[in-house]
Amino acid sequence: MNPRPRSELVARELLCSLVRLLVGAVPANGVSTTTAQAIFFANHSSHLDTVVLLAALPLRWRMRVRPVAAMDYWGNGRIRRWIAERVLNVVFINRHGKVGEDALAPVRQALQEGASLIFFPEGTRHNGALPDEFKSGIFRLAEEFPRIALVPTYLENPNRTLPKGSLLVLPLINRVHFGAALSRIAEESKPAFLTRARQAVCELAPHQFSSSPK
Amino acid sequence: MINTPFWSLAFGIVAFLSMATLIGRAIAWKAGGDNATVVNLNQRINAWWILVAVTLPFIAIGRTTATALFAIASFLALREFLSLTPTRPGDRLAMFSAFFVAIPVQFALVAMDWYGLFSILLPVYGFFLLPTASTLAQDTEDYLSRCAKIQWAIMVCVYGVSHIPALLFLPIAGYDTANGTLLVYFLLVAQLSDVLQYVCGKLFGKSKVAPILSPNKTWEGLIGGGVLATLVGAALHGVTPFTAWQACALSLVVVITGFFGGLILSAVKRSLGAKDWGNGIPGHGGVLDRLDSLAFSAPIFFHLTRYWFTP
Repeated sequence: MNPRPRSELVARELLCSLVRLLVGAVPANGVSTTTAQAIFFANHSSHLDTVVLLAALPLRWRMRVRPVAAMDYWGNGRIRRWIAERVLNVVFINRHGKVGEDALAPVRQALQEGASLIFFPEGTRHNGALPDEFKSGIFRLAEEFPRIALVPTYLENPNRTLPKGSLLVLPLINRVHFGAALSRIAEESKPAFLTRARQAVCELAPHQFSSSPK
Repeated sequence: MINTPFWSLAFGIVAFLSMATLIGRAIAWKAGGDNATVVNLNQRINAWWILVAVTLPFIAIGRTTATALFAIASFLALREFLSLTPTRPGDRLAMFSAFFVAIPVQFALVAMDWYGLFSILLPVYGFFLLPTASTLAQDTEDYLSRCAKIQWAIMVCVYGVSHIPALLFLPIAGYDTANGTLLVYFLLVAQLSDVLQYVCGKLFGKSKVAPILSPNKTWEGLIGGGVLATLVGAALHGVTPFTAWQACALSLVVVITGFFGGLILSAVKRSLGAKDWGNGIPGHGGVLDRLDSLAFSAPIFFHLTRYWFTP
């Protein structure tokens, strides 16, 4: 990974401080994973998710992590694109590519370069406290990178702070729950893995939210 | 200026905290630093320094800055309350109004000394407007309990807390409430009651009062801390408009309402599955963990004082 200009790092830290102040993005617990590389995979319900997770990460993880972001949202508009590229240091993926095109190619390259990732396995935002079914991307990455830790992460409240389709931002506290890295089971089928990964995220949700209807 | 009752109280609080800091450090030195209770004790004392260092100057500067400070505290408390309370998308407008309309208007009314509207804004107009906002989404699932939760959050975090700075505006004949002495007196008795209950509980605590709600509250702590705080309140009657007996009775009311206020919010917190309201104040928990007793004792102290001591 190329070292990033200091100005971009300062901008990132300022943005993260702002996010912590306005929507209380705080870690509910520390990251227990000790590997050099990790994929933080989380429930996705809000445009705030990426910055909330980033702001809640310990600094040493934030220095190495790159959010995976959809080109059609984060690449849209000059300011948003500038924030995505220069401040958040995202890995763009094309959600609506041609048939046969490998959408995960840029993600794979980032991992090979040594980056860690913020990844939303649902592929798009879903309303509700608990995530929808996971798409197969996380399974393919898990298979191809068996040594990289898969850290389940639950984002509490972004779906209430700024849900899909709303313009009103509530100043709620958005706690981020980091779980223990997912254990690897040899020869595990894709559906079994995806169910287990989703379950690992759901289990991190505080009970008053996990028991509420989706 | 330093000789005013306000500064005597402030000096007393700083002296008391300095003593507590020395004792806390001595205990930590003796215990060796890995005892969780001792670590928590010192965290609490350190946080008290910050709370005192913020609160006293804001009150000393004037009534408006003091009111603004409690408006911010109210905002943070409401944020903690609603963050833990499950709601549905149909409640967003009501919650948004709670943060950005109810809080500014309620505290502005305090600062304007408009008692007539301040005392009914939330129980009368808020009681009507907030559920009205929640009807717009036409979502009937858990409607009553959702409205009740938001209404409760506002009564505790906004209405209750707004009575703390309102003490600066009580027109007591022959006594100046605007200089903050009565407010600091109230805060001192209420918080000293919490602190002394904690200390007496740790020293002599055996039988638990309400083990399910609050495992740290003991009868020994409650009675020891409550009696001591009441006695301090009575002894300090010189800075208040009250006689010694009146100060004693009012302090007892603050102690008892504060104790049950803490228990009530403990029950709410546990019903929501949490142990602390937040983690904003190291050793204490969240802002609401510090304001819980005040949110209930402030309106009662305010109205008793208003009924008996204002024309």
